[in-house]
Amino acid sequence: MTALQGPDRTRPINAGLRDWLTADVTTSPWQARAQRVYLGWRRLSSNRLTMFGLAVLLVLVVVAALAPVIAPEGYDAQSLNGRLAAPSAAHWLGTDDLGRDVFARMVYGARVTLMIACLVAAIVAPIGLLVGTVAGYFGGWVDTLLMRINDVFLSFPSLILALGFVAALGPGIRNAIIAIALTAWPPIARLARAETLTFRNADYIAAVRIQGASALRIILRHVVPMCLPSVVVRITLNMAGIIITAAGLGFLGLGAQPPQPEWGSMLSAGRAHLSGAWWISAVPGIAILLTSLAFNLLGDGLRDVLDPRSDT
Amino acid sequence: MRLAGLKGVVRQAGSVAATLLGLLALTFFIGRMLPNDPVLAIVGDQADQSTYDMVRHQLGLDKPLYVQFFLYIRAMLSGDFGDALFTGHRVADDLMKVFPATVELATFAIIIGVGIGVPLGILAAVYRGSLIDHVARVVGLLGYSSPAFWLGLMGLILFYATLGWVGGPGRLDVAYMDSIDTHTGFMTIDALWEGDMEVFWNAVSHIILPASILGYGSMAYISRMTRSFMLEQMAQEYMVAARAKGLSGWAAIRRHAFRNILVQLVTVIALAYAFLLEGAVLTETVFAWPGFGHYLVAGLLAGDMNAVLACVLIVGIIFIALNLLTDLLYRLMDPRTR
Repeated sequence: MTALQGPDRTRPINAGLRDWLTADVTTSPWQARAQRVYLGWRRLSSNRLTMFGLAVLLVLVVVAALAPVIAPEGYDAQSLNGRLAAPSAAHWLGTDDLGRDVFARMVYGARVTLMIACLVAAIVAPIGLLVGTVAGYFGGWVDTLLMRINDVFLSFPSLILALGFVAALGPGIRNAIIAIALTAWPPIARLARAETLTFRNADYIAAVRIQGASALRIILRHVVPMCLPSVVVRITLNMAGIIITAAGLGFLGLGAQPPQPEWGSMLSAGRAHLSGAWWISAVPGIAILLTSLAFNLLGDGLRDVLDPRSDT
Repeated sequence: MRLAGLKGVVRQAGSVAATLLGLLALTFFIGRMLPNDPVLAIVGDQADQSTYDMVRHQLGLDKPLYVQFFLYIRAMLSGDFGDALFTGHRVADDLMKVFPATVELATFAIIIGVGIGVPLGILAAVYRGSLIDHVARVVGLLGYSSPAFWLGLMGLILFYATLGWVGGPGRLDVAYMDSIDTHTGFMTIDALWEGDMEVFWNAVSHIILPASILGYGSMAYISRMTRSFMLEQMAQEYMVAARAKGLSGWAAIRRHAFRNILVQLVTVIALAYAFLLEGAVLTETVFAWPGFGHYLVAGLLAGDMNAVLACVLIVGIIFIALNLLTDLLYRLMDPRTR
């Protein structure tokens, strides 16, 4: 309705939006929510390192999505005449021992890395949230049992446990994802439990309970949303380690299998040609480093915005 | 008071026992339940049914599951991890042989990690926001984010192949191999034991690069924790009081702030040491370092579950033991917990 009034129409749309987002008095829950997102974004975007991390990840997503456009020759086009060629105009990052273009393989490798990251997050977040909130909300023997199981998983370094699972499941990218997910949920569950404990006796939870809400409803509608911000921060930060673990499995030959272009296995394939063609190993390593660094930077920034209690 | 302390010890013992049982259950589960048939691994898929059944019986896999689990626990607790098919030795003997190499590497690594990480963390806290703080932060971030196996390869290219400053893969040059007897399994100590300085320096030149790469991660972690502990202490009022009494800046930091973070620091260092075992898997693979990680990977690639699960279990036990140890140290060193 306001759009029909005189003064509003002469203003640029931007200013109207900004006013709406920064108004002192909100007129709808939707506006309040939008304002919170906006303010969070402003704080996030004022941190240059966080923005660098976000930019790297966005570039990665775009590269992965447009892989066939960026590298039309595909990741598996061999040319045995041009083996181990140094970086040049035709092959920006040189070629590997089968004459495949390293740049093209890096581009397609971004798909594999992002897929691992997304799938692990998609498995770990629900499991961690569910176990943590249930343990924290119910307490008692449920808590004891779930946290005992959690402790057992936490008493292994993740790579060692992942190696154990991969040994039993067999090598391959699907099994690597399962193995990493199995080792990555315990810290999330512990965090969600700690969060739940801080407000499970809060008045608003009691109010919902008195209204007759079931435990399931309370957990899903009122406990889980409260845990989400810190869980998102923790998963983003852990993603750095997850990517390194995944690359480590690939490096050992237990993750993605050839000819699939996974950065860790590409790095490993370059070991035989370190003295002559160092770029085959150097390039994937830099990509892993950048991606993991980006997740670390973004996670740090998100923590400052979403989780103001913990500052280090 | 005495009684409460005793109760705490009993509770702790119970909790450790429960975690240990869970650990055994988990490795048992990995070994028996997942789609990896240990019988097939031995007889191969060409074997006829009677051979298959015989091996199955020999391995005790035809018994009920709870009996198998009980037998498994008994075997593990008595240190019988079975035979490693890929080496032909008992896993326990193999582990005894490879562990000193890893402990030597991890010890050098933690010395590097603590030696650089602690001073760096203190400087970053004292000169907060200065250049050194930023440098410490960047060095730390890169340490967290870089894959150690890649750093190892690049280090080999630069410092070994190009510059020739350090020894290559392995614990010694081929020329020195088997030139000294094994006393402790630690190459550097054995060389000193024999008084053979040439071998000693060769061993040092071989260990320095992998230990630095392995120690980099712990250095990042230790310096970050040191910094945040120090910042916490320096904001306390007793520091203001110490300064007001006329103590100079560094004297107050050394005598008050640093002494107060020692207990926390010990916990962090113990944890960092435990995580070096994880880093060792990839670092040892890159540097052909004949230690525990190398053994684990060899077992993995050979599909030898006995060796793999023994390694997984041992690392779990070491983790529990180190956690327990730091807990005890904490109690001993921090008067408030008495």
